[in-house]
Amino acid sequence: MGFEVIFKGKNLIRLLAGLGVAMKISIISALISILLGIVLGMLMALKRPVLGAILRFYLEVVRIMPQMVLLFLVFFGVTKATGANITAETASVIVFSFWGTAEMADLVRGCLAGIPIIQYESSKALGLSRLQIYLYVIIPQIIRRLIPLSINLITRMIKTTSLIMMIGIVEVLKVAQQIIEANRKSDPHAAFGVFAVVFLLYFIACWPISRLSKYLEKKWEN
Amino acid sequence: MEEILRIEHLQKRFDDFTVLEDISLSVKKGEVVVILGPSGCGKSTLLRCINGLESIDEGKVLLEGETVNPGHVNVPARKKIGMVFQSYELFPHKTILENVILAPLRVQKRSKAEATEEALSLLERVGLAVRKDSYPRQLSGGQKQRVAIVRALMMHPEILLFDEVTAALDPEMVREVLDVILDLAKQKATMLIVTHELSFAKAIADRILFLDDGAIVEDSDPKSFFETPKTQRAQSFLRTFEF
Repeated sequence: MGFEVIFKGKNLIRLLAGLGVAMKISIISALISILLGIVLGMLMALKRPVLGAILRFYLEVVRIMPQMVLLFLVFFGVTKATGANITAETASVIVFSFWGTAEMADLVRGCLAGIPIIQYESSKALGLSRLQIYLYVIIPQIIRRLIPLSINLITRMIKTTSLIMMIGIVEVLKVAQQIIEANRKSDPHAAFGVFAVVFLLYFIACWPISRLSKYLEKKWEN
Repeated sequence: MEEILRIEHLQKRFDDFTVLEDISLSVKKGEVVVILGPSGCGKSTLLRCINGLESIDEGKVLLEGETVNPGHVNVPARKKIGMVFQSYELFPHKTILENVILAPLRVQKRSKAEATEEALSLLERVGLAVRKDSYPRQLSGGQKQRVAIVRALMMHPEILLFDEVTAALDPEMVREVLDVILDLAKQKATMLIVTHELSFAKAIADRILFLDDGAIVEDSDPKSFFETPKTQRAQSFLRTFEF
């Protein structure tokens, strides 16, 4: 079945290192996305016409473009056009943050719009000041809605890192291909076992995160 | 008796539409005023103007002689006005006890121990002390509304505004909320109540205001309002409730 190949030489360690590369890129991108997304989402909620139109255009571009095209555009296109020397990893972080920021901004905008105006009014009626209303009533509610959603975004990023092998990054899927190639003679059917292990690795990485998001969602549901 | 709330020639417009037209009103301490009128006559807007949730275009609202500065967030006089909304509007991320003591702690800067003690005794009075650690979502509509009343009472308001507080409730829960309000009337709380519950209005009111098209059409005691309404508009309004 090909599982033996995994334990040959340093294969398992190489696969884990590949997973590490994928995790590193997705976690850095997710952090950047969450920070920038919160700022952009708040700007979107201001409902300024020009700013709003620009941000919506950005959001639409990100939604329409396949991430792979964005990766090629940044790594091959931008570097050729400007002569800038950016590594494949930097290019991935740029693309994933560009994508994640748009997603996150839309989530933040949605959460802000989801707080009914009368929540602000009933707080005002109790004599709370504007700062107190945000501090004790609005922001805690937004955070509770946002944390499960942003955790979800992280798992989606981890899964999408399988694309970065296309710009030459040796992540877990690429390592798997290399292992299969190297053992083509001795073990021609290794593909099943190796890819099954890759599946398992993604599962181990994403499942706890996904469970955490579900748990928090349930704990905080209103 | 001493006057607590005074409204002078209040006017409120939404764009070109005049919602309230030249409303003048004086409410005495301990008076229970029930505001009746058809939907869209401006009853809720009047309450919202009184505690400054809506700005006003003309006139004045005075609470114990102090102007309620309309439409501004930090209205000092607002701390003396309690308001209960149709949709309860408890804070969903806080427990019942936390909901009730938030404003006393943050606005009045009272001690947690003292605020909690008062909260528990008030919750006990509405039969909900056992639910102090529950979240609003675990309570029924009637229970949530009773908590909302306690939350308003915790600020020791000079006057309480009730904006159709039973309109969103299932029929079997209306009574438990109205009983709490009746109990407050017995303790001489000053209240302005907007409601569609006519028999409740009859039972609790010292005075009925009938609003139509943004103006006070009748201002009388409940007995004469229900038995011998003076105006045509009040008569036809009362007829809509008969079967």
